Amino acid sequence: MTMRIGVVTFPGSLDDRDAARAVRIAGGEAVALWHGDADLHAVDAVVLPGGFSYGDYLRCGAIARFAPVMGALIDAANGGLPVLGICNGFQVLCESHLLPGALVRNDSLHFVCRDQRLRIESTTTPWTSDYTVGQEIVVPLKNGEGGYVASEAVLDELEGEGRVVARYLELNPNGSRRDIAGISNARGNVVGLMPHPEHAVEALTGPTTDGLGFFTSILKGLVEA
Amino acid sequence: MARVVVDVMLKPEILDPQGKAVEGALGRLGLAGVTSVRQGKSFALEIDGDVDDARLAQIHELAASLLSNPVIEDYVIREVTA
Repeated sequence: MTMRIGVVTFPGSLDDRDAARAVRIAGGEAVALWHGDADLHAVDAVVLPGGFSYGDYLRCGAIARFAPVMGALIDAANGGLPVLGICNGFQVLCESHLLPGALVRNDSLHFVCRDQRLRIESTTTPWTSDYTVGQEIVVPLKNGEGGYVASEAVLDELEGEGRVVARYLELNPNGSRRDIAGISNARGNVVGLMPHPEHAVEALTGPTTDGLGFFTSILKGLVEA
Repeated sequence: MARVVVDVMLKPEILDPQGKAVEGALGRLGLAGVTSVRQGKSFALEIDGDVDDARLAQIHELAASLLSNPVIEDYVIREVTA
């Protein structure tokens, strides 16, 4: 049976199409979910895509966090549903308190768009099981408010519990504390990532195909589950 | 008609690159002695009817959830005028 991965579209989402395409390239069925519909349509996992939901007004992700679909998603995520938030999706997950910390304006004040080298540090999440610990990947990164911040105690906890999923290599593009590019919740089912694996899934359009692993991971994990 | 103003500021320990940029510009424009600039937000709510304790409690709740993110920001309710 084909696994069904929901991709949420908020007003202002940009990367929902690419996320859905990445799901299909990995062999899954992408299911479009709508911000105003409080129904997850029995999907097996959900991707919150990048973009500028609600124009990034107030704070990135702050208004999207209260969309009808998020009520259902927060309950499901707390029940173990795998959720991947990419870029704006990561911001929505932090605003929802499904992940600790917050994402703030890049320390450089510049919007950064580059092919970014990362090191995968946790492969115990359902989104990263197809990688190896320490594996280096290159995927696009594009953000203006991608600086990951949290209290020292939370940062220590994330590192101590192996919940730093990916770290920036070569340069820290946005001032993220401890070079953190992605984290997971304690259970591991919810992952937030500032760079964009969905833009690196085929040679024609991406710098690499290194991002495909996030999508093959979740599909394999669901088949085995 | 009541007016309630909610001010939101980044917590002191959170780097404020926008404030830093403004600080630099103030110095370049000749204002001496500025040691720090922090940039915040202000929300002016015009509300029909009285703001009683129950409504004020509701405003506090939303100030701490929607208007500010308590992970990085503090808020104060600065003004309540009937």
